[in-house]
Amino acid sequence: MAFVLLRAAVVPKSFGEYGHYRGDAIAEIASRPVAHAGHEVCEACHTDVVEQKKLGKHVVVPCEACHGAQAKHADDPGTIKPPKIDTALVCARCHEANSAKPKGFPQVASAEHSGGLACDTCHQPHKPKIETEVKVATGGKK
Amino acid sequence: MDITRRRLLLLLPSAAVAWKFVQAGTPEAAPNYKTSEHWWGMLIDIPKCIGCGSCVRACAAENDVPDGYYRTWIERYRVTDYAIERPQVESPDGGKQGFPLNQDASGKNFFVPKLCNHCADSPCTQVCPVGATFVSPDGVVLVDKSYCLGCRYCVQACPYGCRFINPKTNTAEKCTLCYHRITKGLTTACAEVCPTGARQLADLKNPKDPIHEFLRTHSVQVLKPHMATGAKVFYNGMDGSVR
Amino acid sequence: MQIPVEGFMYPNEVELQWSVLIVLYPFITGLVAGAFILASLERVFRVDAVKPTYRLALLTALAFLLVAPLPLQLHLGHPERSLEMYLTPHRSSAMAMFGFVYLWYLMAVLLLEIWLDYRRDIVRKSQTSTGLTRILYKALTLGSSNVSARSLLIDERLGYFITLVGIPSAFLLHGYVGFIFGSVKANPWWSSPLMPIVFIFSAMVSGIAAVMLLYMLSSRLRGKAIDVRCLDKIAQYLLYTFVIDFSLEMLDLIQRIYEADESFRSLDFMVHSRLWTSQVIVQILLGTVTPIALLGLTQLVKFSEVARKRIYGLAGCLTVIGIFAMRWNVVIGGQLFSKSFLGYTTYKMGFATREGLLTAILLMILPFIILWVLVKLLPPWTDSEAISASAAHGTT
Repeated sequence: MAFVLLRAAVVPKSFGEYGHYRGDAIAEIASRPVAHAGHEVCEACHTDVVEQKKLGKHVVVPCEACHGAQAKHADDPGTIKPPKIDTALVCARCHEANSAKPKGFPQVASAEHSGGLACDTCHQPHKPKIETEVKVATGGKK
Repeated sequence: MDITRRRLLLLLPSAAVAWKFVQAGTPEAAPNYKTSEHWWGMLIDIPKCIGCGSCVRACAAENDVPDGYYRTWIERYRVTDYAIERPQVESPDGGKQGFPLNQDASGKNFFVPKLCNHCADSPCTQVCPVGATFVSPDGVVLVDKSYCLGCRYCVQACPYGCRFINPKTNTAEKCTLCYHRITKGLTTACAEVCPTGARQLADLKNPKDPIHEFLRTHSVQVLKPHMATGAKVFYNGMDGSVR
Repeated sequence: MQIPVEGFMYPNEVELQWSVLIVLYPFITGLVAGAFILASLERVFRVDAVKPTYRLALLTALAFLLVAPLPLQLHLGHPERSLEMYLTPHRSSAMAMFGFVYLWYLMAVLLLEIWLDYRRDIVRKSQTSTGLTRILYKALTLGSSNVSARSLLIDERLGYFITLVGIPSAFLLHGYVGFIFGSVKANPWWSSPLMPIVFIFSAMVSGIAAVMLLYMLSSRLRGKAIDVRCLDKIAQYLLYTFVIDFSLEMLDLIQRIYEADESFRSLDFMVHSRLWTSQVIVQILLGTVTPIALLGLTQLVKFSEVARKRIYGLAGCLTVIGIFAMRWNVVIGGQLFSKSFLGYTTYKMGFATREGLLTAILLMILPFIILWVLVKLLPPWTDSEAISASAAHGTT
């Protein structure tokens, strides 16, 4: 009897609502604030970047893949600004040559390719392909 | 970025509306989300994975994952010749910073992202003594961290090594399939940032879901099928050497 | 703290989940079950020769059973939530159901049996002692001071019945612990239908050996002669149980080697490297083969009483160490290899930490302290012995 009373008093009310667990847990877990805004939210404001990306291979690359989680920025774009990206680090993660990467995927050995120069010296990340005029001007790849 | 004041005034309200939707909060409050209408899973397309580690970093940022523990991680496999029972595998810091150049690149080399498989017949749920870990009505295996005792039985019972004990909360933790995102119509953080689309959320109850369609028309596998866990993370193009 | 890893482990597997405290737990409950089975030999199977150890075995079981939950509580991330296991037990979880088996065994079997067997002495002491002890004994009588022939007969009958129920309960107690490990399909070192059986028999071995050693030790301390006939009988039962236990473990080993499934190469390497000392040297050679050989020898060759006592003492000590090693090899061994079968990690045991070596040592000392208190409160020796002992020492 005491056990039954204890149980009624101590066991959380929502326990057993959907199964052998506290039903409220579902809502609690779902109510966590998001950290990534999602590319659609970025695209709603940054339409010029969208236009630029449309012309190149990086159209499929989501914004936060390079820029990191930006929900806070989307929440308050005036005050919170995303930090400047270190292209030597960020670009290398995808494009540094590695035998385990799929053969058709664009990858370079950065030491040979740019001799240590930051990637955005020649490439515009939103539209990474270097146009032939620029190539000719800089005398091709270093 | 070049944005005029006029442009901003036009754009901000629509962005705000979009954002408000995202911030809709609890499933009941999120417009039109019913757990009975969804059965979540994921597709991992091995030939597309470039091992950049964006997913591991995004997950850590999205879910405050402590250093040294992983809700998702990437493994790099090297299989020489036909020796599929003896692959060389590594996962430096879970692949969070990408992978260094391989010393020996002979044979087959590829990346395998891993995460909780959100098993339909989940062994971790079976062994939890108190009901702190459970399968939600929409097929996501979750942990109630205010109820978990930290006995670690579930960590032992998971055949995939996807669970750990969070040293700050002393409770069991693992991938939640970004439940707080998918119930708001977003995708998981890992799928969101994947630059090649190697990871994609799947709604197995939605016949129109293109990933669901993919599963019906391609040869896919799950990890450790002999364990009969009802795993719902499907791998396309997975080599037989993958553990 | 960098944990050295050999080969590949899933990133979350590197740190061990279950520590030395979880090794202690099956060891302690094993002693409980084994001690109880020895006691039941006398009560149910009427093996009179072991009667001198009957009460001591019960008190030993109780002392260890009381300590058993402590390593678990110290291990939990949230011990304050442990009541949840009783309030919302998940019926599919062996761990949850075990909580009830433990409670049943403690309350309905062990405490009840001890109370029934000691009731006459408790009533007598409540009437003859003074001061605080008088109050204590009065409380222990639970209100009943009836020691008529008829009520004592009821005690006897009831006690017999409870012991009868207690035997399968003791098997259930420790078999369940075996099932907690044996039912984990994710871990091939643990997953086996033999696991509960092996645990039960190794529990019996450790419990019988422990009571035997305690009997020898307590007799020595009290300056009393050891009933060697009793000792011979206990040693005999220890040998029989040991042979069964060893056969079961060898069967498991031989089958594994023969079938050589996916996990075999990895486990085999682990036994030959990281687990060599604890498994092959300590558990098998020193802890099983040697005691069996020694005990077997005493059955074949007639040694003098002194020699027999020495052999039993040595065999008993090696047995207890060996069974502890077995628990270690199961629990720790099961976590040293990767579920990818491609690598190994290392167990870094702390010393003065919550789950460290010092804690384990203190937890192993505690039951003996409790046993000492119990023995003072409810002497397991016969009345005449108790009276002569107290007369000699000048106590009440």
